[in-house]
Amino acid sequence: MKQDELAQSLKAALGGLVEDVVFFRDEVTLVVPREHIIEVLTYLRDAQGFDMLTDETCVDYYPREPRFGILYQLNSLSRLIRLRVKVMLSEHDPTIRSAVSVYRNANWLEREIYDLFGIHFEGHPNLRRILLPADYQGHPLRKEVPVTVEENAFSFNRARIDAQKPYATE
Amino acid sequence: MLTQTEAPTLGENTVRVEDVQLDITLDQLKKLVSPRALTGETMLMNMGPQHPSTHGVLRLLLELDGETIVNCIPDIGYLHTGIEKTAEGKTYLKAIPLTDRTDYLAPMSNNLAFCGTVEKLVGIEVPLRAQYLRVILMELTRMNSHLVWLGTHALDIGAMSVFLYCMREREMILDIYEAVSGARMMSSYIRPGGLWRDVPNVFFDLVQRVLDVFPRRLLEYEKLLTHNPMWKERTVGIGKISAQDAIAWGMTGPCLRGSGVNYDVRKAYPYSSYDHFEFSVPVGSNGDVYDRYLCRMEEFNQSLKIIRQALKNLPAGPVMTDDRKVAPPPKHEIAYSMESLIHHFKLWTEGFKAPEGEVYFAVESGKGEYGVLLSGDGTSKPRRVHFRAPSFHNLQPLNELARGHMLADIVAIIGSIDIVLGDVDR
Repeated sequence: MKQDELAQSLKAALGGLVEDVVFFRDEVTLVVPREHIIEVLTYLRDAQGFDMLTDETCVDYYPREPRFGILYQLNSLSRLIRLRVKVMLSEHDPTIRSAVSVYRNANWLEREIYDLFGIHFEGHPNLRRILLPADYQGHPLRKEVPVTVEENAFSFNRARIDAQKPYATE
Repeated sequence: MLTQTEAPTLGENTVRVEDVQLDITLDQLKKLVSPRALTGETMLMNMGPQHPSTHGVLRLLLELDGETIVNCIPDIGYLHTGIEKTAEGKTYLKAIPLTDRTDYLAPMSNNLAFCGTVEKLVGIEVPLRAQYLRVILMELTRMNSHLVWLGTHALDIGAMSVFLYCMREREMILDIYEAVSGARMMSSYIRPGGLWRDVPNVFFDLVQRVLDVFPRRLLEYEKLLTHNPMWKERTVGIGKISAQDAIAWGMTGPCLRGSGVNYDVRKAYPYSSYDHFEFSVPVGSNGDVYDRYLCRMEEFNQSLKIIRQALKNLPAGPVMTDDRKVAPPPKHEIAYSMESLIHHFKLWTEGFKAPEGEVYFAVESGKGEYGVLLSGDGTSKPRRVHFRAPSFHNLQPLNELARGHMLADIVAIIGSIDIVLGDVDR
């Protein structure tokens, strides 16, 4: 089993740098404390051949603490294996070192995470909003932002009508 | 162009740089452009967002030295519609129509990427007939996507007639979409567990028409472009990127293969029984606009080859899994079976529950690796959906591709990386 061996060998090689190895649906996820993320990514790129950062994104695990999970989806074009690295960040200090020095394409991906989740990337060359306008307030993909706000299209409730349409009070 | 020595005296009505409300501060701008821009030696020029050659609403900030591009800074987000957030409020089934709207030129690929991820998370087996039909539709979608690319790319460079021919051929594929799903573009035909319904009989005639007509038409395009000296003048040696750089920038699809890297998700991580079919992956060598063009042109032939094999070996059987917990029961069963009625009701009101955990699944769409990173939280709605959009990653190195070329080459380069802004901004 390819993925099993990968998990074992990485656990042995990285030792104390890895908190946990999660095995789910034939996919390996290394959980790494945030102090070591650049070391681990550099090791995986140079020594293990994970030469492509396929994706980097954030998951909001609210109401759990630590709340944010940064996911790095790696791909090795020579060995044809995928691997995911995960870093958990606290709600009170959502800061992590930028991976741009290891993988160049993390630039826009981290800007997107900053834009939508408000995670701060230390050492990022150009950390500003990418998808939303520069004057936008807040970070919409956080769980405290409601998914949809539905306006009532029709109602017999006078109070609700009054609240929506001030001219309907007469 | 103003230089420092010729700077005019500031009058009362002069707008000062520090008074202008910019999207970025002057300090941030200084990091993006060369120091020469601040002295007025080079010119900053805006291109887009409403420019026909940016294939949507892409805005570029160009720094030009005469007609040579010094820096090219893409500004994206004009088509951001919050699809990922919206998907968090929908059940897995109801999120499928949203995926159509990311890369709207290849809806079936997006459907398959999302449904494949859900199938992986929940653990659903897909019947073989559905897998083969998915392959046929995926390859037709690839051709659809490439046809729009070829038409607009050639139109940008100045070959008008190719655009008209490509739209004519695309019509055949849209007719197939309409026959199977009822919709010409936003199909939502692929569902977790299989397909919405079996294909109608006319589907096979329509696909056969594509197989009969298309190879001849493809030769016409090749005659028009491949050895055309004007076409080669505009494309050979333009927008070069090396294999190492393309990998480091996360480029996938024909953009990566044009640089000589043999990476195709269909071969590397086979899905939907792609390993049953015989096909080759065209690879370029120079990594320029012309090689990306050649790769895509050969992919038309390979797609036709896969469709022929899939049609020939298409197995009989159901097109939807018989697991009633994820797939709706057939209409006639609801009429006499209480359990079916309950399943139907539960599926359309609550949806099915997916376990807690994260999965990643990718397909090879026409533009590259289209992946979905899905985080389930044990309920019937996803905690987080992230679309790994190929256009987003292919657009990012635009500055490296365009630097040092002429202003007119920028439209050739944007055309060759084949972006769809719905995919970039999501």
